[in-house]
Amino acid sequence: MNISSSLYGIATLGYIFAMIAYISYLAFRKDTIGKIATGITLLSFISHTVAFALRWYEGYAEGLRAFWRPPISNLYESLIFFVWCLILGYLIIEFKYKNRSFGAFITPVAALALAFIEMSGMSKQIEPLVPALQSNWLLAHVTMSFISYSMFALAFGTGLMYLIEKTEDRKEPAYIFWTVSIGVLLVLLIAMGLDYLKFHVVATTPELAKAYLFKATFNSPSTAVSALSWIGALVVIFLVWRFGYVLRNIIVSFRLDTRILDELTYKIIAIGFPIFTLGGLIFGAIWADQAWGVYWSWDPKETWSLITWFVYAFYLHARLMRGWRGKKVAVVAVVGFVTVVFTYLGVNLLLSGLHSYGSLK
Amino acid sequence: MEKEKKSFIDRLWDFFASIKLAIVLFALIASTSIVGTVIEQNASPEKNLKVLSRLIGPDLAPSAYRLLDSLGFMDMYHSWWFVTFLVLFAVNLIICSIDRLPRIWKLATEPIKPINTDRIPSFPIKKEIVLKGTPEGVRDKVMSVFKSLGLKPANSPVEGGGFQLYSQKGGWTRLGVYITHLSILVIMIGAVIGIFFGFHGYLNLPEGYTSSVAYDRKTGKAHELGFSVRCDDFDVEFYGMSEMPKDYRSWLTVIENGREVLRKVIEVNEPLRYKGYIFYQSSYGMMPNIKQGILILKVTGPNGKTETVTKRIGESFTIPGTNIVGTIKDFSPALATDSSGRTYTYSNMMNNPAAKIEFSKNGTPLYSGWILKRFPRTWNLPDGNRVEMVDFWGVQYTGLQVRKDPGVWLVYLGCVIMAFGLYSAFFMNHKKLWALVRTDGKNNTIVTFMGTANKGRQHFANKVEDAISKLITKSKEV
Ligand code: HEM
Repeated sequence: MNISSSLYGIATLGYIFAMIAYISYLAFRKDTIGKIATGITLLSFISHTVAFALRWYEGYAEGLRAFWRPPISNLYESLIFFVWCLILGYLIIEFKYKNRSFGAFITPVAALALAFIEMSGMSKQIEPLVPALQSNWLLAHVTMSFISYSMFALAFGTGLMYLIEKTEDRKEPAYIFWTVSIGVLLVLLIAMGLDYLKFHVVATTPELAKAYLFKATFNSPSTAVSALSWIGALVVIFLVWRFGYVLRNIIVSFRLDTRILDELTYKIIAIGFPIFTLGGLIFGAIWADQAWGVYWSWDPKETWSLITWFVYAFYLHARLMRGWRGKKVAVVAVVGFVTVVFTYLGVNLLLSGLHSYGSLK
Repeated sequence: MEKEKKSFIDRLWDFFASIKLAIVLFALIASTSIVGTVIEQNASPEKNLKVLSRLIGPDLAPSAYRLLDSLGFMDMYHSWWFVTFLVLFAVNLIICSIDRLPRIWKLATEPIKPINTDRIPSFPIKKEIVLKGTPEGVRDKVMSVFKSLGLKPANSPVEGGGFQLYSQKGGWTRLGVYITHLSILVIMIGAVIGIFFGFHGYLNLPEGYTSSVAYDRKTGKAHELGFSVRCDDFDVEFYGMSEMPKDYRSWLTVIENGREVLRKVIEVNEPLRYKGYIFYQSSYGMMPNIKQGILILKVTGPNGKTETVTKRIGESFTIPGTNIVGTIKDFSPALATDSSGRTYTYSNMMNNPAAKIEFSKNGTPLYSGWILKRFPRTWNLPDGNRVEMVDFWGVQYTGLQVRKDPGVWLVYLGCVIMAFGLYSAFFMNHKKLWALVRTDGKNNTIVTFMGTANKGRQHFANKVEDAISKLITKSKEV
């Protein structure tokens, strides 16, 4: 265990405590709790930053990476960088809008991502870069992609809060949408947690995903277990739908201005979209062109990036030109982040488990 | 009744000029694209049958396969309907832009006009302050607000005494959206040119071989390059003593009309370009008959003189300045030793090349052993002489991707345009500011600031506010 991973560990714990603090702040609305939450987040962020810098230096000192290569080249490193951007973005919003309630939505994402890393036991080795990955275009591509991903994650948070606050009627499509979304997310997390409890592995590579993903539940060899899992999943989703008002009451009690949430979602996407276009699509294409001589080959990763791009283009056009406001576009913002997650994790874990190719790109 | 008179052409135009269509197309292209990421494109039928049976069960898989195949989903990004979506998308983009351009052009280029003081319209930004002195006396102060915002105001008199200042900035940024849209079209044109006039192929070229053709990626047909390429050498470099490749390189020479015209060492991310063709280092491999290779050694004798020796397996050489003869007995591309000390070959790639050499003097065997390219300490012989293994040449081939794409510069140009377009569309705005400067009839002047911005309005409002508050504190100091 070296220093940088212990510092990451401290940051992970810190974000979990911050999450608890932000949620209690939402529940009790005590200013002191809010300040504590911010303090914990700041301290964890500093620890996180130092760990990142140390790891950068280690890769260089061990002769595995050139000095200008930040550590963002594998799943472990990129998730950590994603969380770093996310928290930075969140802190900026907190200080700018002087509003903390949003932290209760962001710190869980950060804590979950880092806990996922810890639990999965994914390789934390500093890996040397294979030749194709030694490209400055790739570096710019990865860095900017993750910055935009974290923007989209923030917009997901604000969009979801908007939806929760704005929907009352259980039969309303927007209400069904957000409760089912949260329900499915819960089901996935529970299913992966059960996999972990049963097999002590978290599917972080295509091979593991193929062998273990949902083996304890939906993919169980026993038909009974698998059938029960489906029923259980439906029950969880139903419960979220039935008791969604609890979550809603908490958020409503906080008197967040929904217009600000709508505006914030738009603003964050308006910053994330150009960054994603340039870094995620254009730089990625230039890198592929330099490395293989094809700037676009419709491979699943590229195609999913394009899908993500279209979803956000849809958001911008619908909002700006068709005058869609509020719930309709908030749904698009949430869907957009789902495609982001799929582009990043789903393509590598699910699709490449389904196919036989590796996960080089 | 107006509507019914619209001609077919008008209706077609309206259809393509609508953003509703754009939104529908975004959704259509995005959702159908998903299918192509689940079904492996251009793969063998068995592969996709397997994928389908995993998804929907083995009973339904064959008929689902047949259905999807007949709809072109096995190569969907080139299917007629997907290409139709893309064409509709392009037409939509063109017509939509043309349709709106005149209005936007006017907004972007129209000079700002003074406000009609009889009927002052309402403005999103409006702020009134009272300053001591005559309108003429406060002119510089009001000017300073404009200046601090980077605006150069024009001036016109106001009826009943006073004047107004007004200015705008960033009108052309309204065109940012159009620049973005234009860039999408430029990229699409570049891509189409590449599809119709480009070549995309591969060439596996063994060390020492020359080729004047490359092979089409899809059909495998030979394609004349118009010149030849020779692979002089190929080499893989590893990270330290690991099996992880750090870099691979090919030494290439371009030959045209019998003359060597260009030499270049290529590596991944560092291709060779010649006459529109680009050769990318993409893979490597071994020739089937490895015994054909030539061992290149640097042999140093007791007098310190070094000679380069090139020999095949089975051949012999002499260490300079001695009568010691080395005979090359064996070669392994990847030598390893097992726990009992026996040697074996662990890979058929050149991961750890080694040659077994037997030395003898006047027919009497002296010593023998393996010399490894990656382990310099094996080069020192017991008697102080040295045999360095430089290479085992002529058994590896370099895998090159060969591409010619006359449209790629348009794609790159489009990317650059898009970067500018997005920047001006999202991060810049069109601001307008007016200041009405009128006397209140006594000794004071009322200044009314009014302004708008097409986006980032709050930000602009704050800046205006700041500039005005500075003006007020300054006038208090006076
Ligand atoms: C994926 C491709 C597209 C991208 C990335 C894109 C991007 C944009 C952006 C960034 C804006 C500006 C939003 C703002 O004002 O801040 C915009 C506006 C607009 N887009 Fe697109 N667009 C795309 C495709 C299309 C297509 C196919 C159409 C055709 C109908 C279209 C029509 C428009 C129109 C008419 C506007 C508003 C212009 C105005 O009046 O200000 N877009 N688009």
